[in-house]
Amino acid sequence: TPALADKLGIGRAALPEEVAAWDHDVRPDGLGLPEGSGDVLTGEELFSESCAVCHGEFAEGVDNWPELAGGLGTLDREDPVKTVGSFWPFLSTTWDYVHRSMPYGNAQSLSDDEVYAILAYILYSNDLVDDDFVLSKASFAEVELPNAGGFILDDRDSTELPVFIREPCMTDCKATVEITAHATVLDVTPNDTTDDGA
Amino acid sequence: MTDEPEITKAPQIATTRRGFLGAGVAAGGALLGAGAARAAGPDPLITEVQPWAQGLGDGVDASPYGLPIRFEGDVVRRNVEWLTADTISSINFTPIHALDGTITPQGCGFERHHSGAIELSKDDYRLMINGLVDTPLVFTYADLERFPRETRTYFLECAANTGMEWAGSQLNGAQFTHGMIHNMEYTGVPLRLLLEEAGVKTEGKWVLAEGADASSNGRSIPLEKAMDDCLVAFKANGEALRKEHGYPVRLCVPGWEGNMWVKWLRRIEVGDQPWEQREETSKYTDTLADGTSRKWTWVMDAKSVVTSPSPQMPIKHGPGPLVITGLAWSGRGSITRVDVTVDGGKTWMPARLAAPGQDMAVSRFYFDHVWDGSEMLVQSRAIDSTGYVQPTKTELRDFRGLNSIYHNNCIQTWWVKANGEAENVEVS
Repeated sequence: TPALADKLGIGRAALPEEVAAWDHDVRPDGLGLPEGSGDVLTGEELFSESCAVCHGEFAEGVDNWPELAGGLGTLDREDPVKTVGSFWPFLSTTWDYVHRSMPYGNAQSLSDDEVYAILAYILYSNDLVDDDFVLSKASFAEVELPNAGGFILDDRDSTELPVFIREPCMTDCKATVEITAHATVLDVTPNDTTDDGA
Repeated sequence: MTDEPEITKAPQIATTRRGFLGAGVAAGGALLGAGAARAAGPDPLITEVQPWAQGLGDGVDASPYGLPIRFEGDVVRRNVEWLTADTISSINFTPIHALDGTITPQGCGFERHHSGAIELSKDDYRLMINGLVDTPLVFTYADLERFPRETRTYFLECAANTGMEWAGSQLNGAQFTHGMIHNMEYTGVPLRLLLEEAGVKTEGKWVLAEGADASSNGRSIPLEKAMDDCLVAFKANGEALRKEHGYPVRLCVPGWEGNMWVKWLRRIEVGDQPWEQREETSKYTDTLADGTSRKWTWVMDAKSVVTSPSPQMPIKHGPGPLVITGLAWSGRGSITRVDVTVDGGKTWMPARLAAPGQDMAVSRFYFDHVWDGSEMLVQSRAIDSTGYVQPTKTELRDFRGLNSIYHNNCIQTWWVKANGEAENVEVS
């Protein structure tokens, strides 16, 4: 195996055009955002054309497709509704994701201005901006999503590991054992899985 | 010679589970007294010359790349339709209930896609390394094959494996409760070598890995992990990756949640901060009872499951010797021990590991039991090389509540009834 400093000389330098074609990511600090802008009303039209078939006219979601709006204040409830407004920490993620991976089935078809406009409409659908709002590279940093402070770093090492690294009980571990839940009560498992198929 | 109709003689030995439940139990019960006794009469499968002992089987040109024999037709991936909006951004499940050993056959190793399984040829494949590097680079597939290689076996477990079981017992089968996992022997290039080829600048602290598919599945990975044991893999279980597993190149992130094992890997960017992509903010964050959410819960904790007996693998042979077997794994190291209980956790006994545990790979365990025919509450409990003992679901809920979706590594209970059927239950 070659020493760390020794390069093998495999591969070739990436050209600027190639990096630009693939490197679209946008960070929370705005790094990667292109120039451009879009307003709520333009976004509403675009959303209706390209997004509403799955996500609903008001970004409320259709059938099992994701809800993008609503759910504010539900995260500590039994069934939290996790949307851009109620859950997502950073608007940059929305830009990055919509731009690269949406619409589902026709990704990377939206222009930069169209992405700004659709995001403006998603913010409006979440009651986070007024209907005359214009989202642009310049105004981007002004938008803070409601759940920006809602995330903590993985703390299992300090909370769970001290409890779960232990000597396990082997005998007389509990006096009684009762069944408290049954999967067959729900009966949501696909059929025929228990047949031999022979 | 028409061998098809003749060979159908063989499956007559087997029966459907319905047939078993209707009539087989009585026969099984009868075995209790007669298990080792003399046969009632000569077995025609022995006393009569069978077609396979007389005629000819298939020639060597019959199947250049073979599939399992048709009697194993139930050992397949399965989908649960109601889990997701469509089958393109969805999940299916490895038939772990029917497998043994540790290596998952690629053809039934589970799939999880966000924009479907794409077709990307080796000729069309490109891998870019850019960002905070001395020289941004482009590699072809052929380039990757010229780097020094490594071969290692690792499990890949979806962060959502067992996720449907947080709120209660839902799905009735180990395939569905624990089958978002596979364990393969990967061959590829350490990511470290590719990053060193580009030359990581001192400000570089994170890498972004993204795929060539429409979803891209971008994830931020700390540089320390990227330089440690991440593998840019092009072979699994000896052959090229399957299309659905990232052909021609995927990332292996040993011990860490499956979402980070980016398939159809097309780009690695080095940066000084994480990217907070959709797959590490909206998804793969774990909401706690108070509404805050853990992020960057990368490691998959120690976990195990009894694969047989289980709801899809009822006991058909009646009382007497019974092999209780299952899988155990840990993202924090190797499996050192697995305990098994048949009384819901009152009494535990150590199982046998089929082989010494390997870091971040699946271990097979066996517990050789003599079943008296009474009900059992079967559980397994994994212990890893850090001393971590797999917790109960109640213990996990005490820390996390019911809504964390991901990282459910709780002890699983199968209620094995006197007739040999098993059900997914929770116990006190």
